[in-house]
Amino acid sequence: MEVTEKKKLKVATTSLAGCFGCHMSFLDIDERLFDLLERVEFDRSPITDIKEVGVCDIGLIEGGLCNAENVHVLREFRKQCKVLIALGACAVNGGLPAQRNHLPLTDILSEVYLSSPGLGNGLIPSDPELPLPLNQVHPIHEVVKVDVFIPGCPPSGDAIWKVLTDLLSGKAPSLGHGLIHYD
Amino acid sequence: MSETFVLDGQEIPFAPGQTIIQAASAAGVYIPRLCYHPEFKPHGSCKLCTVKVNGRHTASCTFKAAPGLQVESNTEDLNAERRTLVQMLFVEGNHFCPSCEKSGDCQLQATAYELGMMSPHFDHFFPDRPVDASHPELLLDFNRCILCSLCVRASRDVDKKNVFALAGRGIDSHLIVNAASGRLADTNVALEDKAVQVCPVGVILKKRQGFKVPIGQRTYDEVPISGHVPAPAALTEEI
Repeated sequence: MEVTEKKKLKVATTSLAGCFGCHMSFLDIDERLFDLLERVEFDRSPITDIKEVGVCDIGLIEGGLCNAENVHVLREFRKQCKVLIALGACAVNGGLPAQRNHLPLTDILSEVYLSSPGLGNGLIPSDPELPLPLNQVHPIHEVVKVDVFIPGCPPSGDAIWKVLTDLLSGKAPSLGHGLIHYD
Repeated sequence: MSETFVLDGQEIPFAPGQTIIQAASAAGVYIPRLCYHPEFKPHGSCKLCTVKVNGRHTASCTFKAAPGLQVESNTEDLNAERRTLVQMLFVEGNHFCPSCEKSGDCQLQATAYELGMMSPHFDHFFPDRPVDASHPELLLDFNRCILCSLCVRASRDVDKKNVFALAGRGIDSHLIVNAASGRLADTNVALEDKAVQVCPVGVILKKRQGFKVPIGQRTYDEVPISGHVPAPAALTEEI
């Protein structure tokens, strides 16, 4: 009888309006990465440097939405991924970037580019290559359906590992006391 | 203490006049709560302590225990409703735990952990609420207020100062400071006031204390909030 190798699940990751801290925390699963690589292969991710997300089983989104490109990438991930995971505080509730939300965008841009000390002839960038900033930063569940949330700034490697192994064994992910935290 | 009622299948003894939450706390059973504090007259406003008494929803902080009551509390349905209430509190204010000094000691956060809140679920309001840093010893960060009114009750009933009040109605309800300027510096509030001690979230903070306790040693790091059932107030307390 022919034994067929079990097909690996495809995983993609990205950081939107985040700091890559959640990706660093992902790497904190340390040597368990080897176990993980037995069972998954990476599609778009900083690990592979693939630029466009393909059809995937699991998509991990770090960061919230602060500009139009973030929204575009998030929608691509939602289209391509069976299970979409909000990874970390910024994806879950906007996090640190959302602390600008009570300030008008024009005030922020002029403070940063026009009136800051040391700016001689400041100019607000308007290159068409640059994605336009959104008026407010939004968590990702306000734009697409999110299947799993892992809160934390960042979530611990153990929390990420628990969610991934729960998913890989076909269970609904759950974090108990100590693994669920918002800070 | 011979009379009992039934809470989630467990016989709970009670003294005459005790509410359900007082009797449950005395028996070491946790019922989620935010605006209830054993030393104060119940407010019944946060609705986290809602239980089903003989099949009907009621706030367990105001409902008197009676012999033979059948009370449900720790059920999937009630906890889902409580989770929704907590999610609404999170999106209504600005609860950014990573930068909050109260993180790890915050009852809102610990209650959300207890209820397994993984996301805010709703759209955030991101309200604009300026902080009041006028007082030399105290900081007021209104972004985190959940309108539990504990500081209002403490300042009125214990400190006899009436420093705080809730103003406005419905979605416009907010905490105000009793001074013509509206600033905390222009009140007679003092560091040792009960009102300063009692805030369950990170609104009333002592300055220069933040992040003194390392992560891992904060109130709810080791033991979840359900393991910190506060002792009930004197049984004779009239509510």
